Amino acid sequence: MGLKQNLHNFKEKNKDKKWLPAFSAIHTFLFLPNETTHGGTHIKAADDLKRTMNTVIMALIPCLIFGMFNAGYQHHAAINGFTEGMSFFSPEFWTLDNFTLGFWKILPLVIVSYGVGLGIEFIFAIIKGHEVEEGYLVTGMLVPLIVPIDIPLWMLAVAVVFGVVIGKEVFGGTGMNILNPALTIRAFLFFAYPTWMSGDKVWVHGAVERAGTPDAISGETMLGSLAQNNEVSYSIMDMFYGFIPGSVGETSTLLILLGGLFLIFTKIGSWRIMLSSVVGALVMGLIFNFVVDSGWITESSKFYGLMSTTFWHHLLIGGFAFGAVYMATDPVTASQTNKGKWIYGFFIGFISIMIRVFNPAYPEGVMLAILLMNVFAPTIDHYVVQGNVKRRMKRLKAKTA
Amino acid sequence: MEHIELFFKSIFIDNMVFATFLGMCSYLAVSKKVSTAVGLGAAVIFVLLVTVPLNWLLDQYILQPGALGRWLGEEYASYDLSFLSFIMFIATIATMVQLVEIVVEKFSPSLYNSLGIFLPLIAVNCAILGGSLFMQSREIPTLGLATTYGLGSGIGWFLAILAIAAIREKIRYSNVPPALRGLGITFIITGLMAIGFMSFGGMLTGGDEEPKQEEKKAAVIEEKVEEIEKENAKEIADNTIKAVE
Repeated sequence: MGLKQNLHNFKEKNKDKKWLPAFSAIHTFLFLPNETTHGGTHIKAADDLKRTMNTVIMALIPCLIFGMFNAGYQHHAAINGFTEGMSFFSPEFWTLDNFTLGFWKILPLVIVSYGVGLGIEFIFAIIKGHEVEEGYLVTGMLVPLIVPIDIPLWMLAVAVVFGVVIGKEVFGGTGMNILNPALTIRAFLFFAYPTWMSGDKVWVHGAVERAGTPDAISGETMLGSLAQNNEVSYSIMDMFYGFIPGSVGETSTLLILLGGLFLIFTKIGSWRIMLSSVVGALVMGLIFNFVVDSGWITESSKFYGLMSTTFWHHLLIGGFAFGAVYMATDPVTASQTNKGKWIYGFFIGFISIMIRVFNPAYPEGVMLAILLMNVFAPTIDHYVVQGNVKRRMKRLKAKTA
Repeated sequence: MEHIELFFKSIFIDNMVFATFLGMCSYLAVSKKVSTAVGLGAAVIFVLLVTVPLNWLLDQYILQPGALGRWLGEEYASYDLSFLSFIMFIATIATMVQLVEIVVEKFSPSLYNSLGIFLPLIAVNCAILGGSLFMQSREIPTLGLATTYGLGSGIGWFLAILAIAAIREKIRYSNVPPALRGLGITFIITGLMAIGFMSFGGMLTGGDEEPKQEEKKAAVIEEKVEEIEKENAKEIADNTIKAVE
């Protein structure tokens, strides 16, 4: 008897045990179980939940690895000075030194996020007596990518508990939540511990400890300096490649673009949402540029710095690209209808640039814009569906009459 | 410009439901279906749109301290009727709600039936009275602005009940834990929605004003510290003098 049969017998023997879901979750991770479904209708589809989740994780891995290098690079560059005009494969960036520093900072974030989150999933599955759901696999990978590098681990753990229990499990688990769990976690951190989630210190490793000492280093994000009408020293290629301070995985627009294309190619992410949110952001950026050009807003205004940013630069700075590709396209919380997806995406882009410019308290608007549109996604869907119903009724009337 | 600003503010930033949690009773009770929610929301918009300006007139010409003196003559200038504001506001609101009820019953009996008891209960919906009282306490200066404020608050409440009704329709078949079914999960959803609406908190106002206040506070504290130090020095001086004596 092979290992597979042994495992199957073990499962048969412990059929009534409460912890069985926990066992079978790990079991099916590597093995196909022996049993087949009995009776009823079968849906044959290539994309089961595990494939969906794994594809998204694959698309996230480049961002994660880049984030590790970038964490080390930002730390060293803040102390030793930046290199001007680096190309994407420049040797100053891809050093082992940078990687080890980033790796040892980011690995604990990943472990805490997965450990706490999956732990809760297992507990809930055992209490409620259903199979462990795969829903946390992506969330657990997203969470370390959207927090600042120096966030204390206990804060992350508390936020993950909140996000998974209140954001997801009370609604009945994966597929039922109304807000994106990863963003719920980030929003919880943002409002509960604002000093660790915003400002000019948290984005570069070591900046918090060194504050106030002669070795102090600054780690301000571009949005932060723009919001205070300061000049930004990064070139456009730096923004595109991602050699800028920010949350762990959000900086490299290039890699996010590749990940986005991969998601579209595998038909996991919705290209409608990605495209329409980019369009929304560009429209809002153009409106603000127009307002500045026609002289309604002068340099004395507190909004000038962000308003005068060339409209397409908004796509490169901050977390907009990451949010639009990986967060807005969440199939559970986004609009379900095709027409709804266009509206939903457009408003995400539109509102996130608006919050960015008008709200000095929150330099980054993508997170909150997506959460807000998550709230309104069912409303959009409702009206799209009602519209379809009305149109068909009319057609039916025309036919029968 | 200030009309647009107030309109935007009253819809999103000071949203009746998500910023002040007013009008929860009908918000929770009538949000099971989108169509009924739209009906109630429209009724609330209308009632707020009419009552806030009406109450603004009452407030300006009768209730404010010295308001009577402005048009009745000098001998009334010392009267202060502001203790009557609750009763007067409620009377206006109740009248308007009766009007709405008659109109709805005449033109849409199906909506009238589905709203049931909650239509007359708009009269005691705290969002409506809240609209008038906020109008009074925030000292909205003109009749036009009061109308804008009423309309904006109504639309904010309408959006809130519309969104939660759609969400509740969506989660109707979710496997919510038994203890949380019904109102419990609705409260949790409302809290999560409020997080979404926090994106607007501090917009338009923030940034410029807060640091100044902090500076002032710091200055005041410094002054106090100096005073305390002076007093301490005085005491020490007195004590030493006594001790010497």
